Parts: sequence; C-alpha cells; structure tokens
Amino acid sequence: MNQLPLWVEAAVAALLVLSGLFVVISAFGFLRLPDFFLRMHPPALAYTFGSWCVTLASILYFSMIESQLVLHPWLIIITLSITVPVTTLLLARVALFRRRAAGAADTPPPLTLRRDS
Amino acid sequence: MSALLSGAIAFALGCYAVASVLVVIRLIRGPRAQDRVFALDLLYFHAMLVMLVLGIRHRSDTYFEAALLIALFSFVSSSAMAKFILRGEVIE
Repeated sequence: MNQLPLWVEAAVAALLVLSGLFVVISAFGFLRLPDFFLRMHPPALAYTFGSWCVTLASILYFSMIESQLVLHPWLIIITLSITVPVTTLLLARVALFRRRAAGAADTPPPLTLRRDS
Repeated sequence: MSALLSGAIAFALGCYAVASVLVVIRLIRGPRAQDRVFALDLLYFHAMLVMLVLGIRHRSDTYFEAALLIALFSFVSSSAMAKFILRGEVIE
C-alpha cells in the first residue's frame, strides 16, 4: 500500500471537514427558518459547496492513489447541477400553488395573462 | 491511512449524521407536505454524501456508483412527489 504525501491528505481532510460544516449549517438553517420559501435557501449551500467539496476530495484522492487522472466523480456534480434545480423549482411551484389555493393574503397573483379578461 | 485523514472522515460522517437528525426533525414537524418532500430530498442527498465519503474511507470505486444511483433516485422520487402534490396525479 503506497503512502500518500502529506499535502494530499491535508487537502482531502480539509475538503471533507469543510463539506461536513457546510452540510450541518444548511441543515440547521433548514430546521430553524420560519417559512418554506426561506427554508429553501440553506440547502443550496449543501447542494453546491457540500457536494463540490466531497467530489473534489474524491477526485484528488483517487487520482493520487491510482497515479492517473480520475475524473468520474465529476459526474456527481453534473447530475446534481441538472437535477437539483428541477426539484427545487417544482417544490417552489408547489408551495406557491398551495399558498394561493389557501388564500394567503400576501401571495403574488399569477403572471399568465387571462384571455377572458 | 493516516490519523489526519481518518479523523477528517469521522468528522464528516458525524456532521452528516447530525445534519440528518436535524432534517428528520423537520420531516416530522414540517407543517406542510412540501416541507416533508424537501426534507426527504435532503435525506437522500446526505445518504449520497455518506456513500462518497465511505468510498474514500475504503478506497473503493463501487461506492461512487451507489452515490450516483442515490442521486438519480432522489431526483425521480422528489419530482414525482412534487408533481403529485401539485396536480393530484404523477403522469397526466
């Protein structure tokens, strides 16, 4: 088993610690904030920085172990950057739709123009 | 594996566990259904991160494919549930 140089282990460890901190902060914000639309913001921290840090740590670690460039963990970033906005947008539309249906006072009206008015 | 790296891995896994507990509290308490769907999506995401970190821990590439599968399943299940809440059916 080959021994990795110290700076690689330090970089991987720093990225992992950073990702853990980002994920905990985002989960704390998700628990603490009062409204659903406010609550949608902190998970973006985990979805971007949390996953990027882990993926970059994985790329660095496996590249140094196998002594060649290992880029396939990048697929995680690509998959998340495609799927997460779709899910988030759908959930935001769900929240807006249900809030409008419940008749909350400060809800913005729909932007589509009515043909019959 | 040095003590530095294994300590960082343990710290990251502990952070994910704490974050998952916080999200589960929101999942139980969540006032509306969309809070619960979003919390479930976050739980999938934390499971994916745990898979990636375990891949570093065990020096194995197999965990990466599990992480990719979890990411895809998270997208499918969350969007299906959001669509169900929005319209009352998944495929119109």
